[in-house]
Amino acid sequence: MPKRTDIHSVLIIGAGPIIIGQACEFDYSGTQACKALKEEGYRVVLVNSNPATIMTDPEFADRTYIEPITPECLEKVIVRELEEMKRLDAKGKLVLLPTLGGQTALNTAMALFRGGALERHGVEMIGANARAIERGEDRQVFKDLMMSIGLDVPVSGTAHSLEECRAVAEKIGRFPLIIRPAFTLGGTGGGIAYNRDEFDEIAKRGLELSPVSEVLIEESLLGWKEFEMEVMRDRMDNCVIICSIENFDPMGVHTGDSITVAPIQTLTDKEYQIMRDASFAVIRAVGVETGGSNIQFAVNPDNGRMVIIEMNPRVSRSSALASKATGFPIAKIAAKLAVGYCLDEIPNDITRETPASFEPTIDYVVTKVPRFAFEKFPQADPTLNTQMKSVGEAMAIGRTFKESLQKALRSLETGRFGLGGDGRPWRIGDKVYADRDILPRDIISRKLSVPNAERVFFIRHALRAGFTVEEIFQLTKIDRWFLAQIKEIVDFEEVLARSRAS
Amino acid sequence: MKAILALEDGSVFHGEGFGARASACGEVCFNTSMTGYQEILTDPSYKGQIVAMTYPLIGNYGVNRQDVESWRPHVAGFVVRELSPVVSSWRADDSLGEYLSENGIPGIQGIDTRSLTKKLRVRGVLNGFLSTEDVSDEEALRHAADWHGLVGMDYVKEVTHRESFLWDETDEQSASFNLARSLAPSDARNTQAPLPSADIPIVAYDYGIKYNILRRLRQHGFKVQVVPASTPAVAALKYKPAGIFLANGPGDPSALDYAINSVRELVGTGLPIFGICLGHQVLALALGGKTFKLKFGHRGANQPVKDLVSGKVEITSQNHGFAVDPKSLPSEVVVDRINLNDQTVEGLRHKSKPIFCVQYHPEASPGPHDSTPLFAEFRSLIGVGS
Repeated sequence: MPKRTDIHSVLIIGAGPIIIGQACEFDYSGTQACKALKEEGYRVVLVNSNPATIMTDPEFADRTYIEPITPECLEKVIVRELEEMKRLDAKGKLVLLPTLGGQTALNTAMALFRGGALERHGVEMIGANARAIERGEDRQVFKDLMMSIGLDVPVSGTAHSLEECRAVAEKIGRFPLIIRPAFTLGGTGGGIAYNRDEFDEIAKRGLELSPVSEVLIEESLLGWKEFEMEVMRDRMDNCVIICSIENFDPMGVHTGDSITVAPIQTLTDKEYQIMRDASFAVIRAVGVETGGSNIQFAVNPDNGRMVIIEMNPRVSRSSALASKATGFPIAKIAAKLAVGYCLDEIPNDITRETPASFEPTIDYVVTKVPRFAFEKFPQADPTLNTQMKSVGEAMAIGRTFKESLQKALRSLETGRFGLGGDGRPWRIGDKVYADRDILPRDIISRKLSVPNAERVFFIRHALRAGFTVEEIFQLTKIDRWFLAQIKEIVDFEEVLARSRAS
Repeated sequence: MKAILALEDGSVFHGEGFGARASACGEVCFNTSMTGYQEILTDPSYKGQIVAMTYPLIGNYGVNRQDVESWRPHVAGFVVRELSPVVSSWRADDSLGEYLSENGIPGIQGIDTRSLTKKLRVRGVLNGFLSTEDVSDEEALRHAADWHGLVGMDYVKEVTHRESFLWDETDEQSASFNLARSLAPSDARNTQAPLPSADIPIVAYDYGIKYNILRRLRQHGFKVQVVPASTPAVAALKYKPAGIFLANGPGDPSALDYAINSVRELVGTGLPIFGICLGHQVLALALGGKTFKLKFGHRGANQPVKDLVSGKVEITSQNHGFAVDPKSLPSEVVVDRINLNDQTVEGLRHKSKPIFCVQYHPEASPGPHDSTPLFAEFRSLIGVGS
């Protein structure tokens, strides 16, 4: 289907200030989208409060507003632009593309929708409609929707007494269990129980603290393998996977803080195809009509059970990574799909001869490593959990995982040339060790068992201190395949060290 | 264990051997699938070929007893950039190296598979020789140059079953793979929907049939009598089939006179016919068309195919070195599917008879499931035809 001719101007919302969790990747995707839409002859109107972005350079949009990204401000922009379009005698509508400016843009667009501004001014949302955004963002709605289409989600149940709590625990059938009291501030009184005694204690406390004596008990996915799929869909319902991603760090660490690897390394084709089918089922059920989505899965390493964690009905941090990893410009294509094109009508940027309706297949490995700056935030807790703490990332491409990991670590510009063996000292707390010192086992065990910014380096320390791959797996739950790869790097370091000595 | 790969154009790759201590000649081709090496190894269509994987890290999840497409691996040799030093999968029964070793197949790793692929893309597929035994460069090159090649060769007779048989009478092998759903870490393989009753008898010509085709046919309610490739039409008709299925298989379709003749007779009966891959090529030849050899073929799991009727695009699994020439087809045969990468023929349909076929693999395994509905289409075609 060709592009829509009933559109005159497209309003794009940027991501605003750079904060942890929402950085320049949205400038990258927004800039791509502005260019793609101008290329198609649409008038592009951009709102972004952050002038220190590429997208706000004058040539990228026909009109750029450096204004706060609030519903009030955006409504004023809409009014002014509708007047301007009247003055220009525009044949066509003003539409809003909310999926390229991260969570900020999506939230603001939803506020505009809920406040009735979009309806008042006759502005259509393209890319994803309000219903789809709601379904993707509301955890309970999303979970119910997933169950209704037969997909697996973490098992949970609510309880109002200790007996009920125990019954839910019985149903789930194994520890650890997550206990969350209802309506307590910031979820206080909750916790993770690893055995029956802990469970009884936390459940009792939770019931007491909850003003309605209600707790939610959910199976824990800690230590499960985490995967992501980048999906695109066009309005003919053609769906493709642009990139599959495997997280090096298991569940429990925010994807933004995880080392991630593309493509997926440790799934058989049978398992991968089930995940692919599920990804399409999710994007269809949520109702993202055109554009990209990011879907996250957790897989139990012991029996392969696969559950859906969440989906982002928009261009995400991972989309920027997937674009660079595969050469498939997700934001650009998403913009073109939003104005009516189908995947087979858009040329592939790499080959120029074949269409964009294909699934990139690569002959290399891409590794992304997060960059932390805890030295600048001495008060911050350096333990990694489900809240993102990294301030940037480095991505590298190699013909092996080992090559891409070493290149990415070196690209962090922390002064290290990879995992170690570069002659530079290690600062652990207030102690300094030489590069090839063997570190104390207790420090290593601690640094492996609790996720932290230096954990990947401690895998090297552990291997050099005589830990086996199996021991490191038990402490970290990082897949043995990744650990074996790191062991090869460490073994080779020994070969190099010996050759220098002789 | 050292290994060598020599090509007919004079190039030689030295690497590390894995799998069996053995030597083999074959047509060297590349496959771009990033997963599914076990299904590729056991696909009989690869008979006579040395397969190089473009994805560099292979063997990560080992091999298991379920993900096989036939009774054994058929490739002549296997070429990878880096064989995984460990196996990481809850499903693994064995490592890739051990599996190839048990089956007498040599492998080579540690060579620059990207440069090999570029060579094959520029020159087209090349005859080659792979050895993990002590073979000199000169000897290896001589073997590669002397090999007869695939063109005009009948490899079907080496992989087709010798006797006719009824597929999976006890319904134990036809369920599709599914993941564990319960919380108990019990056997994940038993969470299947029950199979429908097998109420439509068909005959499947085995040119080198993949198990997943048989599983899919069974899942769609077909009772499948598998017959050897050389079965004459009259013998096939004795089973009183409601439809005929023509399977995938190895080698050059134009070398299969006996198969083409049987299919020509079957076309004349007016029975519904569905063909996949080599079956599609044999059908095209039987209908009066011609096939030709592609430069480097289509082997991978990301080939876009456009349905010219509905306008929809399917991402498909493919494995073929030959293709049907659209200009050679008689006027009653329509090209209804094309490959969006090179516009070659991917599907044919007869204007007046209940006959259709596809060049790609709707059974996937490995690869995407986008085209599974073709099996239901075959079923409804039989419904209409009877």
